[in-house]
Amino acid sequence: MAGKDLRIEARSRVTIRQIIPFGLITLVLFAFALDPDRGILRHVAPGLFWITILLALLLAISRAYSIESDNGATDSLRMSGLDPSGIFLGKAIAIAVELMLLEIVLAVGVVVLFNVSIASIGFLVLTALAATVGLAAIGTLYGVLASGLRVRETLVPVLLLPVVAPILLGATRAWEAAIDGSVSDGWPWIGILVVSAMLFTAIGMLGFGSLLEES
Amino acid sequence: MPVVLLNSVVCLIDRFPALTDVNLEVNQGEVVLLSGGNGAGKTTLLRLIAGLIPAFSGEVTVLGRDLRHNRRAHRSEVALVAHETGCYDDLTVRENLHFFTRARGKTAAQADVALDQMELGRLADTHHGKLSAGQRRRLSIAKALAVSPRLLLLDEPHAGLDAQGRAVLDGVLSAAASDDRTVILASHELDRSRALADREIEIVSGKTLERITGETSPVNPAQS
Repeated sequence: MAGKDLRIEARSRVTIRQIIPFGLITLVLFAFALDPDRGILRHVAPGLFWITILLALLLAISRAYSIESDNGATDSLRMSGLDPSGIFLGKAIAIAVELMLLEIVLAVGVVVLFNVSIASIGFLVLTALAATVGLAAIGTLYGVLASGLRVRETLVPVLLLPVVAPILLGATRAWEAAIDGSVSDGWPWIGILVVSAMLFTAIGMLGFGSLLEES
Repeated sequence: MPVVLLNSVVCLIDRFPALTDVNLEVNQGEVVLLSGGNGAGKTTLLRLIAGLIPAFSGEVTVLGRDLRHNRRAHRSEVALVAHETGCYDDLTVRENLHFFTRARGKTAAQADVALDQMELGRLADTHHGKLSAGQRRRLSIAKALAVSPRLLLLDEPHAGLDAQGRAVLDGVLSAAASDDRTVILASHELDRSRALADREIEIVSGKTLERITGETSPVNPAQS
């Protein structure tokens, strides 16, 4: 399932041609709005980075489910005999891989555009991994919830953004710790990210089948 | 035991009754034609049997499983050829077939046999998005055949096919029937489909009527 979604993405290049440019443009707009010379950007860079990732996540979710709704593929998937929890994991892994690719590009963008130096790259990467797994799990779950609805494009952000608030908070705080080099302050936030990732992965594996049936 | 047994089934689509009183009994190895005008409920009935939509009331038993309790249990033995192919535009014909065939635990070789059966071999490496309507219909049928279903459901299988494609499809359906598979097809191509079918069920305003030598009578499994 993940291989199928990633192969489709590799061929359509929506992530490379649309989602990554969208993220970069958003970062540039933040830089214009907050003026790099005033020194504000360096302090708010983690929050801006993760807000950009959340906005890009909405696009990735929309894309992940539009490939299923085209040509009635959702029905084919339901008839395929694949285990629903496997479908959930496959779609979540594909979204996570796309997000990680985006995060690498945007992290470079933050360093260059916002003049940020990172004290602990290892901690930064660990934070990104934990947050990405959680975001991908939540995105996959809420994506299928709204996938059968005509108002999908507008409903997903309304449903999803409040739920990802703890991940936004945890990832931002942990990245601040990684940038400042105060890693010990970041561990509790990593804990929140890991618990969120495990919780929503478990909920997704249990509930995805029922949601897919109703989509 | 019948392969499909529906008793007094009511099915709602967006709260409106699409099927109001459906009774249907289909036995192993039968080829049954569903006829009826546009909006009569043929597609809804096929989707109900596939387990894609629930019944509002009534008894729905397919391949011995009561779908009121679990609409997924029988799907590994059922294939549905719907209006749309259910395939991915950015995958090739072969990749689409292999994905759905392997999902059912079948081999890639079985997918390739179905590909040849529907004479799609020369298009195997063509992306689904570049196929014509008729080629997509062939792929859709190949996707169903590749998983060797006990129950084959076809919704307007002749639509979009050229003369050669229709002949290939007729041959495939005849072979399926002689293979003791059960086939239910909904079609407006009545002459062609009647030649293939053992019997015809007409759906009128969401109700089933069995057509017997040109006349119609209500279907009642209790009397059959």
